[in-house]
Amino acid sequence: MEHVSSTPVVGHLAAAPAWAMLAYLVSGVLFILALRGLSSPESSRAGNRFGMIGMLIAVITTIVTHSLANIAEIGIAIAIGGAIGYIVAQRIAMTAMPQLVAAFHSLVGLAAVLVGVAAYLNPEAFGILDTTGQIFKGSRIELGLGVAIGAITFSGSVIAFLKLNGNMSGAPILLPGRHILNLGVLAGILVLVAIFGRETPELFWAILILSFAIGFLLIIPIGGADMPVVVSMLNSYSGWAAAAMGFTLQNTAMIITGALVGSSGAILSYIMCKAMNRSFISVIAGGFGAEASAGPAAKTDRPWKRGSADDAAFILKNAEKVIIVPGYGMAVSQAQHTLREMGDVLKKEGVEVKYAIHPVAGRMPGHMNVLLAEANVPYDEVFELEDINSEFAQADVAFVIGANDVTNPAAQTDKSSPIYGMPVLEVWKAKTVLFVKRSMGGVGYAGVDNDVFYMDNTMMLLGDAKKMTDEIVKGLAH
Amino acid sequence: MDFIAILSIFVLACFVGYYVVWSVTPALHTPLMAVTNAISSVIIVGALIAAAASGSPAAKWLGLAAVVLASVNIFGGFAVTERMLAMYKKKEKKG
Repeated sequence: MEHVSSTPVVGHLAAAPAWAMLAYLVSGVLFILALRGLSSPESSRAGNRFGMIGMLIAVITTIVTHSLANIAEIGIAIAIGGAIGYIVAQRIAMTAMPQLVAAFHSLVGLAAVLVGVAAYLNPEAFGILDTTGQIFKGSRIELGLGVAIGAITFSGSVIAFLKLNGNMSGAPILLPGRHILNLGVLAGILVLVAIFGRETPELFWAILILSFAIGFLLIIPIGGADMPVVVSMLNSYSGWAAAAMGFTLQNTAMIITGALVGSSGAILSYIMCKAMNRSFISVIAGGFGAEASAGPAAKTDRPWKRGSADDAAFILKNAEKVIIVPGYGMAVSQAQHTLREMGDVLKKEGVEVKYAIHPVAGRMPGHMNVLLAEANVPYDEVFELEDINSEFAQADVAFVIGANDVTNPAAQTDKSSPIYGMPVLEVWKAKTVLFVKRSMGGVGYAGVDNDVFYMDNTMMLLGDAKKMTDEIVKGLAH
Repeated sequence: MDFIAILSIFVLACFVGYYVVWSVTPALHTPLMAVTNAISSVIIVGALIAAAASGSPAAKWLGLAAVVLASVNIFGGFAVTERMLAMYKKKEKKG
């Protein structure tokens, strides 16, 4: 780290007034409090306000110490961006939240790239020039890493967005020799950053182009159901990109935020991987859905029971305790509101209703919780896997809607199953399982059959999740 | 500030992040992603510096473009988080 000790105290940043440095520290602390608030729904809104105040402090401090001269242009830029962001945030459907988050990640990535390029073109403004008119070696490495991570975040998030939004097939796209290609490109980027740190400033552009490419290459082989991990991972990258820029600018607020966001995304990725019992490497290597469904589809002609909405209504009405298990299918058919109606009717009949959420249900962490909250389901009726799994044995009905693999007993019993070892919701222990599913033909993303379909205590309710729930609500009325 | 001082802040902040994020309730993981999105747009600080600087018109316009992108994220991220958090309600106590 010799380049460090040679850092002379010149340039704008080194000369930043003490009050400004304190202000950035305060906004960093407010960002910590913003995340801390999310430990419970009660404190969460106050936390969000802390975050807003922190951002306001950071922006005002920067404008006062740097940008007063261009205040008009900057005001317009903020107004344009702010208006777009605000309107999108108000209009977006809750089911589209994963796409929105992916789109937001891509913007952070692109902004990091633009800032990096601007710093490269005008290093003097960023106070990263040494006495000979060169960019500091350390700053060059930070810049190189910053734009590389930013570019990967951008292009990866664009692909994730296209897949989540349905503009691109969710199926993995597998290029031949992709592992070698990807590893080669990644190694190439690191080597280029190292050389760029020493000399040859033109390499900056090569780093940028390769990084955009690797973002695309990394995400296209990953299937739709692995998206919770991908979205979390890109979340993490957007943080590291901000942190790298924070090093270049020697800005405490950016460094603290980058570290927070980086660890947040990393932890979410870890939780998601664990909930699927898969290693992070295997998710990133991609191709999960494709390989599994390409295998021999061992379809058996085992007998199964089909029920009508009225049958289901009758069973639900006579139950004492019902546990509802929602999955991605509920989100697709927008059944959350009808589902809550069903829950309300049952509660009026004196039935105890609870919701059980598997960590990877849906397309991003916490996806189901948001949808249920949107439908006005009180959050204290919604339980995580480990808190409710023991209760299925005492439940009269497990109502599975739009979920499949997360209820598959093969994960506990069949060592050859691709999902073996994944924690699952033990719905089959309930007296009756009502399983809402579009058709018997389709299997879950893992491409494995689910024994629950064929159990004596299971009644299959075939049809669209929303329509079926609607009919059950009608059935409950008479 | 020298590199070591900055690195110290970074490393400590990673630890703070680790413990704070583990204490986030899983039910709020989607708002967590939305709000981390909003706060990582603190990169707007760099964008503002670039936009304010004279010397390189290209850098200035890139800076302004980055200000627009980061603002989309800041306003959008906080607003959508606020909207989501407002939906989380406790069971109404029956009187």
